[in-house]
Amino acid sequence: MSTQAQAQVPTPVAGAPAGADGARRVGRLEPAALAGVMSRDVAIFGRYWKATTFSSIVQPTIYLLAFGLGFGSLVPHIVHVKTVQYIGTGTVATAVLFSSAFPGMFNTFIRWQFQRTYDAMLAAPVDVEELITAEVLWISLRAGVYGMAPLLVAFAFGLNPKAGMLLVPFIGFVTGFGFAAFGVTIAAVAKTIDNFNYVTSAVLTPMFLVAGTFFPVSVLPAGVRTVAQINPLFHCVQLVRAASLGGLGTADLGHAAVLIAFALLMWRLAISQLGRRLID
Amino acid sequence: MADESGQLVAKATRTSGPAISLQGVVKRFGSIVAVDGLDLEVQLGVCFGLLGPNGAGKSTTMRMLTAQTLADEGRIEVLGYELPRESKQSRLEMGVVPQLDNLDVELTCRQILTVFARLYRVPRAQRAQAVRRALELANLLPRAGTIVRELSGGMRRRLLVARGLIHNPRLVLLDEPTVGLDPQVRQELWSLIDGLRASGVTVLMSTHYIEEAERLADTVAVMSRGRIIAQGAPAELVRAHAGEQVLEVYGPPDRLAEVGELAAANGWSSRRSGPAVAIMRAETLDGLAPEGARRPANLEDAFVALTGEEIE
Repeated sequence: MSTQAQAQVPTPVAGAPAGADGARRVGRLEPAALAGVMSRDVAIFGRYWKATTFSSIVQPTIYLLAFGLGFGSLVPHIVHVKTVQYIGTGTVATAVLFSSAFPGMFNTFIRWQFQRTYDAMLAAPVDVEELITAEVLWISLRAGVYGMAPLLVAFAFGLNPKAGMLLVPFIGFVTGFGFAAFGVTIAAVAKTIDNFNYVTSAVLTPMFLVAGTFFPVSVLPAGVRTVAQINPLFHCVQLVRAASLGGLGTADLGHAAVLIAFALLMWRLAISQLGRRLID
Repeated sequence: MADESGQLVAKATRTSGPAISLQGVVKRFGSIVAVDGLDLEVQLGVCFGLLGPNGAGKSTTMRMLTAQTLADEGRIEVLGYELPRESKQSRLEMGVVPQLDNLDVELTCRQILTVFARLYRVPRAQRAQAVRRALELANLLPRAGTIVRELSGGMRRRLLVARGLIHNPRLVLLDEPTVGLDPQVRQELWSLIDGLRASGVTVLMSTHYIEEAERLADTVAVMSRGRIIAQGAPAELVRAHAGEQVLEVYGPPDRLAEVGELAAANGWSSRRSGPAVAIMRAETLDGLAPEGARRPANLEDAFVALTGEEIE
């Protein structure tokens, strides 16, 4: 060890191209820092992508079979294709929700508290804003891609492909960004990992049901309908349905605006909340 | 944190002045004062040992140097950059080896080093070479493809060191680098640290192992209760605080108590050292000295004389 250690010649920041003043400068939200943090996510993803892909295909299949068979036998006059359209697009939203909120909560808490990965990265030239942005960005990219899986499954059940479906990954990305950042915020304020149960049962479960995912919001009482309007997932469902089944209109700009506002708000909230706990 | 860092003037070429400078630094956690008016200066090119018992504030000080802990009062400069404002720039130019293992257990050695090569902005064309060099440095080349979970404790510690050196930093912070390691692995790490110093890298190492500080450090600062209470070359500290010789008097507990009282009555500096009482500055004792074995004073004597605290 020692001979090799002695052999190395120290140069001021190897790797840093010398600028006019001898070293490179670092700024805010640098692509290089974001890419560095995300390269770690990519490396880890290489170890579990099979499980992720498996569940992303099997889950919508089960939803479609269960709802299709269940509704089909209860209400014989429901057109089967309608069920596939409704459930298939609704499942896109739930897939996005679960593949963003849960990693936001659990990965953040585990990497921060148990593995101390974030401590290691923050000792490198990466700041809290870059770290959290990169993590949320990665989760939402993944959510956008895997959000397509329910549609692919629905094709097998008879859903017709449409050009508008190409918008679905983008809708999934924006929605996933908001929910991933929401998850990071929850992880920042949770005292223990068990506290996530409160959020899962009291926030996420009603959220994914009262969003027009499996039954229309219009069948709900007026009060609950109003609540659904402030549920970002409701707006995700509306957009996905309009894009996938045809019929995008001006109202959809409103849905998109809500999702973007939710994403931006949660992004800043995640940075301020987790930042307070990472830097003491 | 990095609001104005786009405007930073890099000072990487600076070759004089302190590598690290802290003035009047205070850090409180609730009612606990972890760092209490710390003044510290580490010159470029030296291996500096921050020695102190557990709870002295060493780790808090180390975290403040990467701006992961923010000082309540005082000024901190690292490599000429003012913290916390220019901390990101200083972190680009230094390497950090933490006390707690925070390696990604699911990744291989090569993957971890590659991720950190990116984080430290090693250009793409040089990344593979940097990773290979770091693996060689840590004797982990044959383990490049091994998942961290499957490495031994000593290998994991060497990987932590390699990770902190991936970008050839000119300043390295080592927080308790050999805590909990077996003697052989400790020797290996000592060689590595010694090699760093020999190649001109500035090293700040916190430790509560006296031997580690004595062997490696050019300058040692003794930290106690959040401040530096003595500083100098190890040999100077020993001479100043424990003299040249120590007289160890062995005997049953009654005899030891008696010797302790005798020392106190005569104003000799003494301490209980296992089954003996050790009296400092034995070379200055006159005929009153009790019977005992004389040995050269060491840094541990000076440390105990300074802090009043025994070290494991």
